[in-house]
Amino acid sequence: MTGYVIRRLVQSVIVLIGVSILVFAIVHLVPGDPIRLALGTRGTEETYQAMRERAGLDEPLVVQYFQWIGSALTGDLGVSFRTGQPVANMISERVPATLSLAAAAIVVALLIAVPLGTLSALKPRSPVDWFATVSSQAGLSIPDFWMGIMFILLFAGTLGWLPSGGYVGFTEDPVQWARHLIMPAVTAGVASGSIMTRFVRSSVLEALGQDYVRTARAKGMRARDVMTWHVLRNALVPLVTVGGVQLAYLLSGVVIVEIVFAWPGLGQMALQAVEARDYSLLQGTVLLFAVIFLVVNLVVDLLYAKLDPRISYEQGAAR
Amino acid sequence: MTSEGSERRSEERVEPFAEGARRQARPGGEGGEVTSEGSIQTAGDTADTVAIMGEKHRSRWVETLVLLVRNPMAVASSLVLLVLVIVGVFGDVLAPYGYNEQFVGDQLESPSGSHWFGTDDFGRDVFSRVLLGAEVSLRVGAVAVGISLVAGVLIGLLAGYYGRWIDDALMRFMDMLFAFPALLMAIAVLAILGRGETNAMVAIGIVYTPIFARVTRASVLTVREEVFIRASRASGAGDFRIIFRHVLPNAAPPIIVQTTISLAFAILSEAALSFIGLGTQPPDPSWGRMLSEGRGFIEQAWWMALFPGLAIFVTVLAFNVLGDALRDVLDPRQRSALSGKGAAR
Repeated sequence: MTGYVIRRLVQSVIVLIGVSILVFAIVHLVPGDPIRLALGTRGTEETYQAMRERAGLDEPLVVQYFQWIGSALTGDLGVSFRTGQPVANMISERVPATLSLAAAAIVVALLIAVPLGTLSALKPRSPVDWFATVSSQAGLSIPDFWMGIMFILLFAGTLGWLPSGGYVGFTEDPVQWARHLIMPAVTAGVASGSIMTRFVRSSVLEALGQDYVRTARAKGMRARDVMTWHVLRNALVPLVTVGGVQLAYLLSGVVIVEIVFAWPGLGQMALQAVEARDYSLLQGTVLLFAVIFLVVNLVVDLLYAKLDPRISYEQGAAR
Repeated sequence: MTSEGSERRSEERVEPFAEGARRQARPGGEGGEVTSEGSIQTAGDTADTVAIMGEKHRSRWVETLVLLVRNPMAVASSLVLLVLVIVGVFGDVLAPYGYNEQFVGDQLESPSGSHWFGTDDFGRDVFSRVLLGAEVSLRVGAVAVGISLVAGVLIGLLAGYYGRWIDDALMRFMDMLFAFPALLMAIAVLAILGRGETNAMVAIGIVYTPIFARVTRASVLTVREEVFIRASRASGAGDFRIIFRHVLPNAAPPIIVQTTISLAFAILSEAALSFIGLGTQPPDPSWGRMLSEGRGFIEQAWWMALFPGLAIFVTVLAFNVLGDALRDVLDPRQRSALSGKGAAR
């Protein structure tokens, strides 16, 4: 176990360094002068020179990289080539919106996957199972941006139940926050829910076939208790790790959902950065996403190594 | 984008649980054949054995086809895809109007006998544009997957076959690419290369390369140590010959499955990139682009957004369903993981 943890940590650090080099390269691979591109015709010569100075673009590349990564480690991601604001501030303003969307989406995914997957595993080849298979296939294939637009058409337009887009902070007005969150969260959560449905189904099916379940039934345990204490407890432990991985992917999935629902999060900002040719802002955003992804994956892998289903079974049986 | 990432998700989901099972599961299935082959081979001539392997191989493909034809889902999805390809190739002939033909005074007309899917804000026939958009979607998807297939399979073959530092170096590089959310990475690549259809193909191609590398590598690992590979090496065959004549054909089934599923996600990615204005540029009829135009008129003209989205959905669904059916037939390891019988923990 310790060996595995160390190996996995070293691996992550190597990948992280590589990722930082790739992200660093974004600004330097752009054809032309990134600061001139960002300023367009608006900036004066002085602003241009000041920006160039601040970004350190005249230093040798290696020096620039170490300066950049050094400040990134202290939380300084440089300034926006467009507005001159610190990138870290621009990002942190957007984090709450993206996080609430991703968290809500994972809740939606679980609400779809756990009941549907369990029911279809309990009755294989029944209409419920058939429905679960078909709907998870459809959920994987449906373009989320289209689904979002159709939701807006139906629930915001025709029925007028929900707002068509935008974001209200939780602290400002919890009710409005929730109302604005529903459609984007469902849109972003459906694909993950579909994948997790399949996973829950196979996981529950497997648990149902275990000897300890047969034993529990044989000793006369009530079906409901067998389900709760033996089947679900064991089937859903691996789901923790799958859910973790899904959360990492959801963070990327929200990019387009944010655009559809005018959700002021990081994904929307990344696209705005591309449109404004604000490469330093794009750099910071991409770096943040990649780091989150790597960290979540690392944690999930370590958790999985720790959460051996047999160990959790022993705990469950002890009750 | 969620759905596009989902394939990476499913791959990722499978990785930690199936990596070991994958290696074990093989010999039970197709590997069994190989072992019996191996016993013949120790007694007889190596070259003959390899020839027998070749024949076995062909019969396996025929067997695969038979199994596929028996699966109604596979047949249905293949038919849908066939229709799509026909529409893609003969769209010019089939479409009642040109994709840029404007009917002045007929803007934003609802669906009718003369305009089945209505008209858009420029008075263009939505039905014709959806038909002609098939070509763009299929072409971009195919080229993009072609790029990731060639690059990913080469990387996976080298990593899996040579192992050691080559494996480490290549796969850590793939991990780096894999660490970026799919759509965000495509956006970043397009920020560097500039927007447009060709660059979108390249961007999507890069995004999906690591998946092919991983799938190929894992599959190569299962066949690398097989007796017939060692026999071929002992008989003096060079690495190049061994890799392309023996390793690749035997490692192919999961790669074929991955290709089909990747086509679904590449088409979805193209639509997403065009939707946000970075992919196919106007006036070309791209489904994603049409959707983003339709979004602005959602209150007045729902048909502008409904039909292109439906076209994307049907296309992606068909590739996904076919991919699943192929997996059932070609890659039973995955089947057991999904149906829960084999317990791929």
